[in-house]
Order: sequence, then C-alpha cells, then structure tokens
Amino acid sequence: MPDPVLTLTGVSKSFPGVRALHDVSLSLTPGRVTALIGENGAGKSTIVKILTGIYRPDAGEIRVKGEARHFASPRDAWAAGIAAIHQETVMFDELTVAENIFMGHMPVGPTGAVDWAGMRARSADLLNRIDAPIPPAFPLKRLSVAQKHLVEIARALSHDAQVVIMDEPTAALSANEIDDLFRIVAQLKAEGHAIVFISHKFDEIFRIADDFVCLRDGEKVGDGPIASVNEAQLVRMMVGRPVDQVFPKREVPIGDVVLSVKNLSNATEYADVSFDLRKGEILGLYGLVGAGRTEAMQGLFGITPMTRGTVTLEGRRLSIGSPSDAIRAGISYVPEDRQDQGAILSLGIRENITLANLGKYVRGLFLSRALEMTETRRLGRRLAVKAANWEQRLAELSGGNQQKVVIAKWLATRPKVIVLDEPTKGIDIGSKAAVHDFIGELAGDGLAVVLISSELPEVMGLADRLIVMKEGRMVEEFQRGRWSAEEIVGAATGARKEAA
Amino acid sequence: MNAPVTQESQDRYTVLDRPPWRLRDALLRWEVILVILLVLTVVVNSLVSDVFLDVYNLADATSNFSEMAIIALAMALLILVRDIDLSVAAIVALASMSIGYAAAAGWSPAMLFVVGIGVGLLCGAFNGALVTWFRLPSIVVTIGTMSLFRGLTQVILGDQALTKYPQPFLDLGQNYFIQMTETSVPWLFVPPVPLSFLIFLILAVVFGIVLHTTAVGRKLFAIGSNPIAARFSGIPVDRLRFFLFVLSGIMSGLAGALLTARLGSMRSNIAIGWELDIVTMVILGGVSIAGGVGSILGVFLAVLVLGLVRFGMSINNIPGQVVSVYIGALLIAVISIPRIFEKLRGWRAGR
Repeated sequence: MPDPVLTLTGVSKSFPGVRALHDVSLSLTPGRVTALIGENGAGKSTIVKILTGIYRPDAGEIRVKGEARHFASPRDAWAAGIAAIHQETVMFDELTVAENIFMGHMPVGPTGAVDWAGMRARSADLLNRIDAPIPPAFPLKRLSVAQKHLVEIARALSHDAQVVIMDEPTAALSANEIDDLFRIVAQLKAEGHAIVFISHKFDEIFRIADDFVCLRDGEKVGDGPIASVNEAQLVRMMVGRPVDQVFPKREVPIGDVVLSVKNLSNATEYADVSFDLRKGEILGLYGLVGAGRTEAMQGLFGITPMTRGTVTLEGRRLSIGSPSDAIRAGISYVPEDRQDQGAILSLGIRENITLANLGKYVRGLFLSRALEMTETRRLGRRLAVKAANWEQRLAELSGGNQQKVVIAKWLATRPKVIVLDEPTKGIDIGSKAAVHDFIGELAGDGLAVVLISSELPEVMGLADRLIVMKEGRMVEEFQRGRWSAEEIVGAATGARKEAA
Repeated sequence: MNAPVTQESQDRYTVLDRPPWRLRDALLRWEVILVILLVLTVVVNSLVSDVFLDVYNLADATSNFSEMAIIALAMALLILVRDIDLSVAAIVALASMSIGYAAAAGWSPAMLFVVGIGVGLLCGAFNGALVTWFRLPSIVVTIGTMSLFRGLTQVILGDQALTKYPQPFLDLGQNYFIQMTETSVPWLFVPPVPLSFLIFLILAVVFGIVLHTTAVGRKLFAIGSNPIAARFSGIPVDRLRFFLFVLSGIMSGLAGALLTARLGSMRSNIAIGWELDIVTMVILGGVSIAGGVGSILGVFLAVLVLGLVRFGMSINNIPGQVVSVYIGALLIAVISIPRIFEKLRGWRAGR
C-alpha cells in the first residue's frame, strides 16, 4: 500500500465545556476512500473543520506527505491540497460556474486583469475530466444541487487537491445523481486522490468505501478496511455504550391522552405523522438530520401550517394557523436554533421570559413590571438561571443559561404540551444534565413532552416511548425497555433489518 | 450527579432585580447626550442672537418642524422593527393634493383633515400590503411608492398650484392654537402654541407611553431585536408591521393637512426631500437602523435639537447649504460618540 498522504496523530479539540475530539489518529491513503462514521455530534464535523483549517487542534499533529503542517486558515489547507465538499454547498449563487471554480485563485493575465478566457477554458477542462458537461459561463444559481456538487469537485481539482472530503454529499441527491457522483468518486480514486466520505447511509458506505473510521463522543472507536466489518458491527460501534445509565429516568405516572395527532402532513417535508401523547409522558422523536421531525412539530405549532391532518387537545379539535393559536391552546415549542428562533439576545431575561404571553402581565393598559418580575424570579430560580440580575441581556449569558431562559419563556405560558427540539444542542455538559433533570421534572408535573433529539443516549435516557422518523415519515415505534440502540439506529438509517 | 438544582440556586446565587445604578452608564445614555446638545444649542444661539429666545419666534420655529416631527414618530417605530418608509413625503404630497381638490369642491375644514388622513391611510396600507404579503424589503417597496405617489401628484397637477381653501382651515395652520397669555407674575405665562406643535407634543406622549409601557410596545422591541424569535413567540409580526405602515401613512396624511393649512397653497413639489430629514431626526434620536433599540424621548429631543439648530442658523442668516453641512457633521459626531467610548474602554481593557 502507498504511503499515506495525510495523517492525524493524537488530535484533540475542546470547546468551553465540550470535548469535541479526544486523541484521534487516522491516516488517508492515496487511491482509497475512507468512510468517516459516527452519530450526530460524534466529532465528524470537527475533524472536517480541522482538516480544512477552520479549527485549530488543541493537541496533536497533522502531517501532509510526511511533513508536519499547521493550518492557520482555510487557505493553508487548500494550499496543502485538502478540499472539502460540504452538505450545503458554500458557493456564490450569483457568479458563474468558472468564477466559482476559481474563486480565490483566478488566473491573472500580464496586466493584472483576470484572464477570463483562460479561466473558462480551464474550467471546461476540469468539468470534462469528471464528465460533467456544464457550461463554465453558466450562472451557478441555475444548477441543480447535484450539479453544484460537481462544480465543487471541479473546484477541488483546480487546486490539485490530494485529499477530497465529501461531507454527506448524497443527502440531497436522487438515486441517478448518486450513481453519477459515485462514478466520479471512483474516477478520483483511480487518479490517486484520497477521499474522505461522510454519510449516514450504510448502503452507500459499503458501496463506495475502502476503509472506515468510526467515532463516538469525540473518540475513535474503530477503524480498518470496510470489508472486515458488517453493518451490525458498525452500528454497535457507533452507539455502543451503556446508554441507559447516562440520565437516570424519573418514574412518573402516565395519565390520560392529552394530545392526539392524526395524519399530520404538509406538501413536501413530512406525511402522515400520527401519535397520541399522554399526561406525564415523554415521547422521543428520533431520526437523522432532515428526517422531518422539526418540520412536523413546527407544523403542529403553526409556524408552517400543515396542509392535512387533525390535532386534538384534551378532546377539543384545534385549528392552528399561527404560533399564537398554539400557545393559546396550550402547546409550546422550544426551537432547535436557540440563537435565531428561541432567544432574543439583545433583550433582558425578564423581557424574554414574559414575551410569549405578554397579555398576562397587563394591568389596565400597561405592562406591570412587578407581575413580570414575580414570574421571572419564579421561573428563573426554578431553572437555576445563573445571572447577575434579571435585567441582564441574554447575549451576556452562557449558551446553557440562554437555553434555560428560553425554556422558562415557554413554561410561563403554562402549556399542557411542550415540544423540545434538540434542547441540549450546543450547551455545556453541566447545563445539559440540569436540562435533562428538568425535562423529567416537567413530566412529573403532568406536562406531556415531545423530545426531538438526535442524541441517542438522550432520547433513550428520557423517553417513555420513541418514534423514529425517516424521510418525513414515521418508520417505527419503540416502547421503553423494549428497544436497543442498534434497532433504533437501524430504523433511522434504513439499515437492513437483519443487521439490527 | 443530578443535584437538586432548584434549591441550590436559591442558596448559592442571588440574582438582583436590576443592575446596580452606575453614573457612567447613566451619563452615556443617548438621551443625556441629546439633552446636552439641546442645552448647548439654546445657549449658543441665545448668546449669538438676542431674538432667538423670543417666544413668538420660537413658536414660529416649531411650526417649521412639527409636521415632519409627527411623521418621525411613526418612522421611529418602523425603523425600530427594521423597516423604513421612504414614501412619507410623497404621501404628504398626494394627501395635500386631495385636500386641495376637496377644498375647491367646498368641503368643510374637518372633512379636509379626514381626506388627508384617509389618503395617507390608503397609501400606508398599500405599502404595508406589499411589504408583508409579498415579503419585499420595505426600502425597495417605499422607494417605488415614493416615485409612484409623487409621480401621480405631478401627472395630475402639472405645474398648477391649488390655492383655494376655506379660511377656518387656513386659520388652523396659520394662527396660534393656544394664544399667548400673561399672568401677573412676569416670568409665568402660557406661550403661543401652533396646532401642529401641540399635536406633535400630544402624539409624542402617546407614542412614548405605547412604546415603553404597553405589551404592543414590547412586541415591537422584540420584532426589531429578532423577528424570527418574535414570530416563534406567537407575536403576529406581519400584522404589526402592516399596522405600522398604515400608521406611517396616517401620520403623513395628517402632516399633509397641517402643512397645506400652514402654506395656504400646494404644488406637486410640496414637502420634497422630507423623507431623509425625517430619517435624520429618527437616527439622531438614537433609534438603531439595525432594529430593536430606540426611545421616543430620544426622537423628541432630536426633533428639538434639529429644529432649533435650523431656526438659530436661519435668524443669523446662515445659508441653507451651511446648515446642511452642520447637521450632517452633527449627526455623524453624535452617532460616533458611543462607539468612541466603546473603543476607548476596549483599549483600556488592553485589547
């Protein structure tokens, strides 16, 4: 086997409160495809960001062709011959194909002006090399996602990239487009490029990869030739840990059905989502990113109204056309994207907590600061928000405390049903445990909870029942105690049944 | 490992109800800077000219900016929620023309005000519908309607002027609404107040109360700070924005009526260029163009500063171009002050 073109040795990376990568080593060989496997949050993106110069590792070494390198910026990584093709293409929609391929290193003529003709000719060559007949002068915005991927590959080739990283390149592609992409991957392989391939789909991994590296919680838990493992072994490697012990589950008596959802559907994102939710119950909603969980719950909450389906709350049929309808009915939705959708960072804690039901704090015509303050103190203390004062702007709080304030805002509406969408995403471990404990407490208080989470230990630790969604539909339902991590991941990824 | 966090918080953390009062924070408030500026303007002007402090002169000065200031109140709310209405001056023109024709047809003064406000309301609703239904940026929409409304006025009027108005209507614009009343104490008197300034004062108080003490006001701050999170919190973001465009139209129509009554004649170029003067008032008043920050008190003070600067320069026969230079420099200086302090603090902190 040829010498590795790139090696990582003992690479670690931490963020405040989160250990993203710990002592990870891997090597990439020219002419081979290495699949990078792991759950969401296992550290795959961190590796990609380190390889492309976006993050600098806290410890460890990167060697390119045997030579130690430090990437101070994405430009250094490009120069070292490492190129990444991202899930959502990061390119310039308003520019032409050729301009996108050569962005940052456009060929320049003797006068210092861009050599447009040369650039277009070279673009055409690169695109021909991968059998992608896209006119270089075409504006990028008129291409399909698949074609944009091809342009990105051409861009990588224009840099003479030795290492090409493909981060879920097939996520938005049709079967034919995937075949096309794989043909190109095979060709790049034959030309001696080393390829990193990230995908959640096992059939693709087994079809295209030569080697694999499996990550879990920021550590490497396995690697080797793909031929040496089967699907079941890979799934176990990804999730294998004593998940049930991570978050002690509170014993909560489960009451009557509160919310009944039937055939919730919209035009494109999700179809026929149906479930009953009981008082005191925590219903987990698991699936890969893009499985339609968030969209379905936002439909329930009136953000993007559903086109079909019925919602019944405590026996009353609801017609929810906007979030305020949902709030009035007693449904709360704590969004995934805390910074943009949940918190109002430039307002204070009090103003955030009272925002979703301001009417309750009005006396006569005016807002009563005293009433607002009473509720803020009550919820702020209940959630253990750490702050200097209740007027402090959210921008000054940590991510975990911001999330507590957002949850407090929703509790202030006195909901009967609360939907928590990735409630612990991106918050530190201390706050995470507090949030988990609190979710149990909410159920104990008789709330019905829907927990959307891509973290298996989280849903398995907290949920009484688990619905797995895939491509906008419910694919399987599990009862607590009668599930295994392998089965759940198998259902979410569509791995073959016998593997589970 | 899952400690009873709820108890812990009460014991270990004391979260104050509000931040401790600090002199530096209080002095760096935008409104304080504006008050200082206002005092400086008055002092310098009264030293330079002995007619500046004459109550009749001051009363006349207020009528020169009150109509604009009325629109500025609505503009402040729009800018607060990250929108803008550049068609306000064109709405003034369209409203004024409608009033002119209605007056020629013999309508009563009260009806003339209704006509002006009604035309403004329709124009504002048109803007609001385009912005919220078609999700178009308000700056684009209102640049378009600015041209459209002004163009309509020009097409209909040509170079004609409308000059026939009922006398009671003209009196509303040209006489003092409250007359000068002296008392036995020499320094205690009721000053003369034009109707437009009185309306501005009342509206400023109403806007201030609504924005700073009611649920609607809080919702506007929330929208301006983060429109997506506001929507997720159940706030009817688009309905409120639509309403603000209507409000801006109504204020422009009202201002159009007051202006027409004051001038006693109108041409298609009436109130031309006002939109930027109004935006200047709002920005100088400390309303952030990025949304979510601002106060009606700030806008009120900025209106007075700009009005008195203009007035002071005009009684000293300083040409309009120089006034423009001064106001531009003033605006840039004032909006830079907080940034300069931030930078200084940053440097001292060793960055």
